[in-house]
Amino acid sequence: MSSPASTPSRRRGKRGRGSNPPTPQDARSPPSQRRRTDESTSTGDLQPMPTSPPADVQSPGAADVLFSSPPQFRHSAIPLDFDISSPLTYGTPSSRVEGTPRSGVRGTPVRQRPDLGSARKARQVDLHSDGLAEDIVATDQSLGQRLVIWGTDVNVATCKEKFQRFLQRFIDPLDKEDEDIGLDLNEPRYMQRLQEINMVGEPFLNVNCDHLRSFDEDLYRQLICYPQEVIPTFDMAANEIFFDRYPDSILEHQIQVRPYNALKTRNMRNLNPEDIDQLITISGMVIRTSQLIPEMQEAFFRCQVCAFTTRVEIDRGRIAEPSVCKNCNTTHSMVLIHNRSMFSDKQMIKLQESPEDMPAGQTPHTVALYAHNDLVDKVQPGDRVNVTGIYRAVPIRMNPRVSSVNSVYKTHIDVIHYRKTDSKRLHCVDEETEQKRFTEERVEMLKELSKKADIYERLSLALAPSIYEHEDIKKGILLQLFGGSRKDFTHTGRGNFRAEINILLCGDPGTSKSQLLQYVYNLVPRGQYTSGKGSSAVGLTAYVMKDPETRQLVLQTGALVLSDNGICCIDEFDKMNENTRSVLHEVMEQQTLSIAKAGIICQLNARTSILAAANPIESQWNPKKTTIENIQLPHTLLSRFDLIFLMLDPRDEAYDRRLARHLVSLYYQTEEKAEEEYMDMAVLRDYIAYARSYVNPRLGEEASQALIEAYVDMRKIGSGRGMVSAYPRQLESLIRLAEAHAKVRFSEKVETVDVEEAKRLHREALKQSATDPKTGIVDISILTTGMSATARKRKEELAQALRKLIQSKGKTPSLKYQQLLDDLRAQSDTAVTKEMFEEALRALADEDFLTVTGKTVRLL
Amino acid sequence: MPCVGDWLNSPLSIVQGIFAQNVPNSDWEKKVTEYFKEKLKENNATNWVPSLNDVPVHYLKPNSLVKFRCMVQDMFDPEFYMGVYETVDPNTNARVLHFGKYRDVAECGPQQEIDFNSSQTVTSERQTFYCVPVPGESAWVKEISFLTEPAYVSASQARVSPSTSYTPSRHKRSYEEDEDMDLHPSKQKEQHLGKSCCCGGDIHGCVEPKRLETEASAGHHVISPNCSPPLDLNFPLPGEKGPACLVKVYENWESFKVNDVLEVFGVLTVDPVLSIVNSEERDSSALDAMECMDTAEEQRVHSPPASLVPRIHVILAQKLQHINPLLPACLNEEESKTFVSNFMSELSPVRAELLGFLTHALLGDSLAAEYLILHLISTVYARRDVLPLGKFTVNLSGCPRSSAFTEHLYRLIQQLVPASYHLRMSIESMNQSRFIPHKDYTANRLVSGLLQLASNTSLVIDETQLEQGQLDTAGVHNVTALGNLITWQKVDYDFNYHRMEFPCNINVLITSEGRSLLPSDCQVHLQPQIIPPNMEEYMSSLLTAVLPSVLNKFRIYLSLLRLLDYSISDEVTKAVEEDFVEMRKNNPESVTGDDLHKMLLVARFLSLSAGQTTLSRERWLRAKQLEALRKARLQQQQSVNGNEL
Repeated sequence: MSSPASTPSRRRGKRGRGSNPPTPQDARSPPSQRRRTDESTSTGDLQPMPTSPPADVQSPGAADVLFSSPPQFRHSAIPLDFDISSPLTYGTPSSRVEGTPRSGVRGTPVRQRPDLGSARKARQVDLHSDGLAEDIVATDQSLGQRLVIWGTDVNVATCKEKFQRFLQRFIDPLDKEDEDIGLDLNEPRYMQRLQEINMVGEPFLNVNCDHLRSFDEDLYRQLICYPQEVIPTFDMAANEIFFDRYPDSILEHQIQVRPYNALKTRNMRNLNPEDIDQLITISGMVIRTSQLIPEMQEAFFRCQVCAFTTRVEIDRGRIAEPSVCKNCNTTHSMVLIHNRSMFSDKQMIKLQESPEDMPAGQTPHTVALYAHNDLVDKVQPGDRVNVTGIYRAVPIRMNPRVSSVNSVYKTHIDVIHYRKTDSKRLHCVDEETEQKRFTEERVEMLKELSKKADIYERLSLALAPSIYEHEDIKKGILLQLFGGSRKDFTHTGRGNFRAEINILLCGDPGTSKSQLLQYVYNLVPRGQYTSGKGSSAVGLTAYVMKDPETRQLVLQTGALVLSDNGICCIDEFDKMNENTRSVLHEVMEQQTLSIAKAGIICQLNARTSILAAANPIESQWNPKKTTIENIQLPHTLLSRFDLIFLMLDPRDEAYDRRLARHLVSLYYQTEEKAEEEYMDMAVLRDYIAYARSYVNPRLGEEASQALIEAYVDMRKIGSGRGMVSAYPRQLESLIRLAEAHAKVRFSEKVETVDVEEAKRLHREALKQSATDPKTGIVDISILTTGMSATARKRKEELAQALRKLIQSKGKTPSLKYQQLLDDLRAQSDTAVTKEMFEEALRALADEDFLTVTGKTVRLL
Repeated sequence: MPCVGDWLNSPLSIVQGIFAQNVPNSDWEKKVTEYFKEKLKENNATNWVPSLNDVPVHYLKPNSLVKFRCMVQDMFDPEFYMGVYETVDPNTNARVLHFGKYRDVAECGPQQEIDFNSSQTVTSERQTFYCVPVPGESAWVKEISFLTEPAYVSASQARVSPSTSYTPSRHKRSYEEDEDMDLHPSKQKEQHLGKSCCCGGDIHGCVEPKRLETEASAGHHVISPNCSPPLDLNFPLPGEKGPACLVKVYENWESFKVNDVLEVFGVLTVDPVLSIVNSEERDSSALDAMECMDTAEEQRVHSPPASLVPRIHVILAQKLQHINPLLPACLNEEESKTFVSNFMSELSPVRAELLGFLTHALLGDSLAAEYLILHLISTVYARRDVLPLGKFTVNLSGCPRSSAFTEHLYRLIQQLVPASYHLRMSIESMNQSRFIPHKDYTANRLVSGLLQLASNTSLVIDETQLEQGQLDTAGVHNVTALGNLITWQKVDYDFNYHRMEFPCNINVLITSEGRSLLPSDCQVHLQPQIIPPNMEEYMSSLLTAVLPSVLNKFRIYLSLLRLLDYSISDEVTKAVEEDFVEMRKNNPESVTGDDLHKMLLVARFLSLSAGQTTLSRERWLRAKQLEALRKARLQQQQSVNGNEL
């Protein structure tokens, strides 16, 4: 009954005998009991299609027959078209059914496809129909086998044969999909799928419409326009092939073909009346699912007088209750027996268009979906899905007593296939999720753009054009948007190296830091914006909540998890409390978040870049202090930022002049004029999205050399004063920046230019943030230890002085704390604070020279 | 009396006529809109169309042409309907074509059936908007727009009023006496306006069941047995009343956005069939699986009783730039240009008077009054990426707390601006009210919040009543939302799974004692010159002292100047640059880019407030001077506070 799913009931009724051959095991269905006789009669008075050899004849040449059949069909295909419209040629619909090779299949029951059939009995609002939409026209040309479906140009036989050819021959070695694990791409893809069905026993064949389109444009068009007729034909074709190959296979029910990725519609907003009854694919977010609804497929009636039973199929959502018992002719004696009636599962789902597709200033549209049988409960609210299905419009039934009818149709989609768009995010780590689709022209345009020599400058100019100057900062943020390449060192035991670049902006109030953050947040698809003041650790990470309705524990994710693969903008970073900030340590280096709460222990991905903005501790930048002293952030956290930029108010006349001109222009230019000057935000967004998903630069030989040199140089600066000042973390930052810069150029290889720019930017950022205020020398150790090299040197000197002092006191085992301090102060020529003294004591204690207990110092 | 033709009382018959003439081709739809456009252009014809804002639904004739001034609160899903359908008489087999446009129900005669499978059937698409009256609309807007005569004509005295200008009310009276069309008696006008709702105390005239309905609708106090919980009409502001309406739009619905203010002309339908059918269907919902899958909640919201939420099938719709009835609706037309230029010629006395009025209102502080004018004419005129330009949030600090000064100040502002809302901040109100609109997925609608306001609404936030206390989560969200509104002029609507940004354009004025906890563009410290012993008396005498015609001029002044264009010449740009560089040289610490922003803003609105559309040197200097005065005052204030500590 694979194909008949579209039209079985009426035909059966007309013919007066079950023409559908369900399996003998299926005791519930009466036609099955008559199957044997059917078989004999049907083969008797109707010739089977040449394509369908009786399956009990297990001929190895079955496939050959299939292949040889096409020419046979083709020569008679043309005259068909004359007869479509002629009512005289209404053939015997059952002949189409006879064509299936189902007769020989044992053990696989047939299941109706409510996804195709639920509206089938409703009158179509199809423009083509004139009231006979369902009828099948058979032309008599070649022994009643030339079938064309009324109102369409679909020839069942040709269609089936084409599809079989598609299944058997379609190869696309280039097309890689994520489900394709274990597939040999050089073999016919769908034959392998059938094999899989045989092994796994899941009787669904998912067919990518894009494949079909590249194989046979016409068949694709037919599928899109007449899915209700074509899909059953596909079912029939798939089953024939399958049971030819694996005649002994027993499946739960017959194979159902599920096409997906129809290119017809992508956006819910584009749906219009022309799409009714067509196959469409739309994307959106599930917002509500209903309870499971049992929908009656077949009602079972029994006569209360003579116990005669009969079955009635649901027609257009109604049951025609037999008023007279056929057996005993008693009127109104038939009673519905619920638990012998057949039901199928049904669920209503509300789909809302995804936020990206929405025009600004409008509310999202929703559309109702009906999922049937296996597709019930496959999606949860909040899932992003691509749905393929048939768009339906049904007139709202009115009160039968009132003659007028509500003129509005109710629309819904009968789901045929779901494809979750973000399910992978939770399961597999190394998959780049955002495979945004670009049209070819767009890609061409982006590539063209990438060839421009000044693309880097161009892009950075396009970034937040209303913010004046700060070019290096914009460049830094640009590189952050692109990100480095993800490297996997799991096999060597170090796990993933992060590819995300973290940036801290620090500076005077009113230097448009927040504005930059807002801009970035608006630019990236998965951006989150939080303010340090308002967010708690819970708000950033995840928390467990009890759903008030279901009493189920639900994991609610916070900003960091939500911005996985995006950017988390944190404003007022300095106002964040210590606890909250500590959460960031794991995120910023390991890119995961561990949660152990309310019995839920898990590790979530948080591969997010962090763009933070902080004000100096005295709210105005104190140039006499270091960054550390100005921001007062723990250096463990600071060292995790690849770039730390200062946004200071440059006190320079020329700058002021330019700034003034820029601002004044803001105040009278109209929006359109301003737009022209810069690159469109959409282009920038696409450019970044494209680079992020398709460009994955690797280090070249020269670049590696340059990086090594850069790193050695950095270390040298420190080693000159006997200090190690650059750390591997800085090298990693350099690599990331270089990779990001290569991405900007759409280059697959990191070259020396990239390293140069990375070095320059790194130095530029450092120069501002890590200049030792006492010496004026760039000192990276400020970032790594929070203390400048000179300060560290002084600390050590003090410790040595203290040691000498204690040693000079001779062999006293213990000393008074206060007295020691006074002595040291007297001896030293610089002022010694209590803190410095304690630090020196601690340093000595670390050397196991002494211990401090309360107010006494003991020597060891 | 101009001929109020059929097109007013039974527009559908006109449509039927046009449809019948042009039936084979599909351009009948275009002809219909053209016909009505022509009709409405004639001779102030728009004023003949009864407005749903002023006239209660039950006084309006179903299927007549009405107008409605409203804000789009929510957009429902588009619906497919039978654009053209065919009916068959089963006895005679006679087929008739009908149109389904501008109708809720596909009608057919008693002996006819609809042929669903006719090849003539055309399925079309339309969009439904849930519209509410403009939130916070001032009483005077309602009052003036209710006087059917175009008020701006007499206000500007530019033209002689047409002799017919008062006939409409007589016309209505006659209908009222007939009681068949039930237009509005003028006696009830005042009362109805005062309450700004359609629930008059003495609508004895009308039929009994109708009365029941309206009372239930308006006051929620009569709960009829059939509708158990009263339907929430989803007004953004609490305590608002008025007709909410389902507006069905047939053309260009993509151009409308949420929170747009529209004026629609369309066919009113209050067909009880709609609601009856729905309720019956719900009772016997087991009958049809399709229907019962929409939750009852959704049904209730999307097809509320037509008596409560009437439907308007839009023939013509236009976005309104402003809702000030004293101004011509569209400023680009020829006649409105003369109106504008006439008004501009007498601008400076109006400004002087307004300044005087506001100075008195602000207890004699002319600087604060100056800033208040600038604030009232500010508007977001452009956005550069995320930065809104032209917002001018003023924080009026130093307001006396005790004497209900802020309350009275708001009342005065309410008299001047077309739409406003007074938000009294308190711990409870912050914790309990709903500021951000959110999506209710069970009912599938956008539940409104306080911050869902139309463009150019004045939001006066009163911080003087705020006490110490603990804000809960909702409270924190609300305060953050207010902050976002002020800084970015956007509200993030909550869609549960994600948030969506809706840009807005709301003038925020904050009154506080000290510096406000909310961000603001400019803080002005109030320095009262007089403390009147009785604030209420003082303020009301202030208002009564102003002649109504002068008050109207103030209103025109504020609404009109907001809409003017503005530019800065190269020459002045240079001068400003020089000035800025100079200022920075002398005092790099205290003059930043932000200050320049502020000064440019002040200069912009200062120029506009004097009716000048370009910046002149003098204005720039004046702006600098104002800013300096304001800053000096703040510093003074700070040092005073410092001494106290």
